[in-house]
Amino acid sequence: MSADWLIPAMLTIITAATPLVFAAVGEAVVEKAGVLNLGVEGMMIMGAIAAFATAVTTGSELLAILAGASAGLVLALIFGILTVYLQSNQVATGLALTIFGLGLSALIGHSYVGKTFVGLARLDIPGVSDIPVIGPLIFGHDSLVYLSVFSVALVAWFMNKTRVGLLVRAVGENHDAAHSIGYSVTLVRMGAILFGGAMAGVGGAYLSVAYTPLWVENMTAGRGWIALALVVFASWKPWRAFFGAYLFGGITIIQLYAQGMGVDVSAQFLSMLPYLATILVLVVISRDSVKARLNAPACLGKNFHVSC
Amino acid sequence: MSDTPRLELIGINKSYPGVVANNNVSLKVMPGEIHALLGENGAGKSTLVKFIYGVQRSDSGRMLWEGEEVRLANPNAARKLGICMVFQHFSLFDAMTVEENISLGISPELTKGDLSSRIRDVSAQYGLPLDPDRYVHTLSVGERQRIEVVRCLLQDPTLLIMDEPTSVLTPQEVEDLFKTLRRLSDEGVSILYISHKLQEIKMLCHTATIMRMGEVVAECTPANETARSMAELMMGENLINPERTDRKIDGVTRLEVKNLTAVSTHQHGTDLHNLHMEVRAGEILGIAGIAGNGQRELMEMLTGEVLAPEADAISIDGKSVGLLDPVQRRSVGLGLVPEERLGYGAVPDMSLWENGVLSAATRMNLLNNGFIQVAASTEFAEDVVEEFRVKTPGVNHAAKSLSGGNLQKFIVGREIVQKPGVIIVLQPTWGVDAGSAAAIRQSLIDMAVDGAAVLAVSQDLEELFEISDRIAVICAGRISEARAAASITVEEIGLLMAGVEPGGEIAHAD
Amino acid sequence: MLIRLEQRPEVSKIMVYVSPLIAVVLTILTAMIMFGALGVDPFKAIQTFFFEPLSTLDGVAELFVKATPLVLIGVGLSLGFQANVWNIGAEGQLVIGALTGGGLALAFYNQSSVFLIPAMCVCGTIGGMAWAAIPAWLKTRFNCNEILTSLMLSYVGLLVLSYLVHGPWKDPEGMNFPESRLFHDSALMPILIDETRLNVGWLVALLVVLLGWILISRHIIGFQIKVIGMAPLAGAFAGFKEKRLIWITLLISGGCAGLAGVIELSGAIGQIVPSISPGYGFTAIIVAFLGRLHPVGVLFAGLLMALTYLGGDSAQITMNLPNAVTGVFQGMLLFFLLASDVLIKYRVRVGSPSIEAEARE
Repeated sequence: MSADWLIPAMLTIITAATPLVFAAVGEAVVEKAGVLNLGVEGMMIMGAIAAFATAVTTGSELLAILAGASAGLVLALIFGILTVYLQSNQVATGLALTIFGLGLSALIGHSYVGKTFVGLARLDIPGVSDIPVIGPLIFGHDSLVYLSVFSVALVAWFMNKTRVGLLVRAVGENHDAAHSIGYSVTLVRMGAILFGGAMAGVGGAYLSVAYTPLWVENMTAGRGWIALALVVFASWKPWRAFFGAYLFGGITIIQLYAQGMGVDVSAQFLSMLPYLATILVLVVISRDSVKARLNAPACLGKNFHVSC
Repeated sequence: MSDTPRLELIGINKSYPGVVANNNVSLKVMPGEIHALLGENGAGKSTLVKFIYGVQRSDSGRMLWEGEEVRLANPNAARKLGICMVFQHFSLFDAMTVEENISLGISPELTKGDLSSRIRDVSAQYGLPLDPDRYVHTLSVGERQRIEVVRCLLQDPTLLIMDEPTSVLTPQEVEDLFKTLRRLSDEGVSILYISHKLQEIKMLCHTATIMRMGEVVAECTPANETARSMAELMMGENLINPERTDRKIDGVTRLEVKNLTAVSTHQHGTDLHNLHMEVRAGEILGIAGIAGNGQRELMEMLTGEVLAPEADAISIDGKSVGLLDPVQRRSVGLGLVPEERLGYGAVPDMSLWENGVLSAATRMNLLNNGFIQVAASTEFAEDVVEEFRVKTPGVNHAAKSLSGGNLQKFIVGREIVQKPGVIIVLQPTWGVDAGSAAAIRQSLIDMAVDGAAVLAVSQDLEELFEISDRIAVICAGRISEARAAASITVEEIGLLMAGVEPGGEIAHAD
Repeated sequence: MLIRLEQRPEVSKIMVYVSPLIAVVLTILTAMIMFGALGVDPFKAIQTFFFEPLSTLDGVAELFVKATPLVLIGVGLSLGFQANVWNIGAEGQLVIGALTGGGLALAFYNQSSVFLIPAMCVCGTIGGMAWAAIPAWLKTRFNCNEILTSLMLSYVGLLVLSYLVHGPWKDPEGMNFPESRLFHDSALMPILIDETRLNVGWLVALLVVLLGWILISRHIIGFQIKVIGMAPLAGAFAGFKEKRLIWITLLISGGCAGLAGVIELSGAIGQIVPSISPGYGFTAIIVAFLGRLHPVGVLFAGLLMALTYLGGDSAQITMNLPNAVTGVFQGMLLFFLLASDVLIKYRVRVGSPSIEAEARE
């Protein structure tokens, strides 16, 4: 097998995985704090359109990414106000967020259909990037790919090694205990929700400014939901979510290369693969209910209200 | 020692919608004093300490600390003063290590450096062995409490609050805890010790404040009181020795449990070991025991929420029911009153007549081809309301709008009106006002007189003595042999509850 | 804090009904602001959105045509939601139902029979049930979250549809358009009012509302659904079996969605096309909540939501606004509804807790 085929395949995996990495790692933090935000899809698509619109209008990559993050953040803020302060049902509110995000993004994106943008610049180091195999694999990506790896490392460190990370986990584990020893459950949860929103927004931004630098309605195509499944798959651990995302990137490869390799299957069946794989992954991970619960935040999905 | 109280409360008031939890409560705790806060469940002790620890605010009243007025916004402020608390329902995180748990409960400055070795030091120093790297969910209840105690000690407290610390401990663990507390007291730490256990307070505490219905009713020196005199102050009435009519119980066996062994389906639950018991027609069998010794598991087995391993492990009127589900067992003649009223025995947001359907659908023929007969169901609920004098504007009102006592009367009545042959009642009068409690107890006795077999599981010994013909004790998932209530003493039951046979051996039913 | 929530002693029954009205009013106000921001006359936009579609008989008929699938699915979903079973894959169940029912129509494309329509309805219902049975099985057998599995299966269902219309079921005389043959007349729902698309499907939806109402308010299954949803432990105490209810609610909601698919196909479209539903399966989630998870409420909520679809179309035609406005409307409505619902269980108190009040004295 020649590297001519291998390296583009690896690059495809990386670009397909990166949006999932952002969204899944963000949601992992949210869920560790005990909040189930099913609106990842909505936050991603808003991130995608906000980033794309900014990129087209200003031409600035940095502003585009920031716009994507802010869009996700604003949607997350709505979710936070509703669930944390107004005690609304987290499942219903998350669904509302997705429906709203898909609608609003289509509305805003209406005037951006057909426009293009050069796409994120790639990090090329002359000489080093030309090293065979390793060069193109490690270098030559856009900045967000590096940011995604960095953010996984940062989140893993934050959650496991810092006191605030410990507190986030504590709030998700037993919010009554956290309250009774004097922590603000609301504040911690809002922080986690906003972080998750920004991360989902960046994940969406990646889709519209790097993966395919153009705007298509519903372009997230269920990636937000796949990210949610990845969190379960990863047992809420950032690095496992990262590898899970790359695994899904690998499935994208099958999709793209199967026909090239002479496999005679309809495109539609290949497109089903990520969704079917998600279900399969959920079955495998949930089958052993004791094991599945081991790492699950005990207060996941439960609202907290002080009775006084 | 100075005369300034370490802690002084003046005229604390706190009310919740419909309940006055604290009414003009005043209290003084001196340095180095072990001060008991004594009262029945619902007397307002927990509300008061939540205020002292800054978890809750009071409606009015003042708190003085070392003579200075303070206002605590949150537990961090309390900890800064040197107030630490060991909660009744531990504030621990199961999925984390001992060290992580301790680290979260102390101020950030104290977590710097080698916390782990300091935990080992303190726990060795006070005889509270603890491994900082263990995960909490792997520890026993006693060990968990040690985490909370060590967490407090690491902060050099000047006031330690302990909320019902011994209800989950074995006698040996209680002994160890008392040693630690006495030592802290000698070192000048004040201890506010909340309990309703009189013997303990006599053994441990220097002074006691007694609360009833949210008010302070007395202050005393436990050493100068008898357990009985303190109990009278706590209950507010002269204790009546239960008068037993020597009814002769010679009816047939209606409920029989034999060789029941089962693994708990709950996390950290208690497994049941080789249980045997029988209840005859006309008899009330009382089961005493500390909470968490297998009562919940036993109840689930008897109701059929969890099926028994074999059909004949449980039989009702000679019929093996071990493998029948709750609906089938009810049609055989089982009536059930669970421990939790709201959310278990009744659906809080459903009306009373719907809550009647909940358990009476099959036995009272409230269904016709699967359709609920509203008229018949309403009539059933109205019968229950009338017969048991449940105070409610009507059976269309939600269960949660009723007071605890009235709802309990409805739940007990709902079962009794169905005329079951066997009725199992958990905590029949838990948190119920005295009038309702008396009515409920009387109705259970009446049922037995009419020939039913009654199994009453309760933590309230007074109650068990009042109604039971025989009493057995559940401890660590084992049940002692039932003995005639007239011939067993409170002390003997106490020993059995602690897992010690009166002869001195550890109870092993097998 | 100046504003705080205080738990009510008993759930406010009035607020249960007032809350959707508050939500509708807030949504319209926000929408007007939004239109203003987009440079559109807000009053004209509201007029175009909510009133213009209903100014003709055809428009009114369309309202019922669009409400039909929303109400059908909404009734099914509301039962599940009451039991905390979150089937959000109704869109996929609708598509699979449409395909199983529509497949029958294609198989008999040149035969006329009065039994065809009923048979299609039965096939469609079974198809939707089968698609919903997968998450039910995965949840009861493997403990898999039904939210994710049912949603993933929606995407799969849409791809199955795409495969069929692009491949095996493509009209051989259709000039290579990805569409099936036109259905035979006997595979089309009887029309109720001439010159409109209003068909018997609406009556079916009304019947389902009635059946749903009876089930939830009078039948023991409905009772069990409510108990398990409100107090799972009380359900266990009463001896209700949770797994059985998961199956029942998923099969009912899947069946309703499948039936909606067939009705949409044979009542409103007349052939299998790549896009059968403009997201009815997802909008029905909002319909269920807006209708207070009660079949009769769902009926009204379905009509309101149908109006947002018509309004979106009419805004697109007369004001050149993208019809994505519909989705925004729907999402906002659900937000406002969830926010107003806080008033059902809590009272809003302005002012500080009394301790601070006293401190100031």
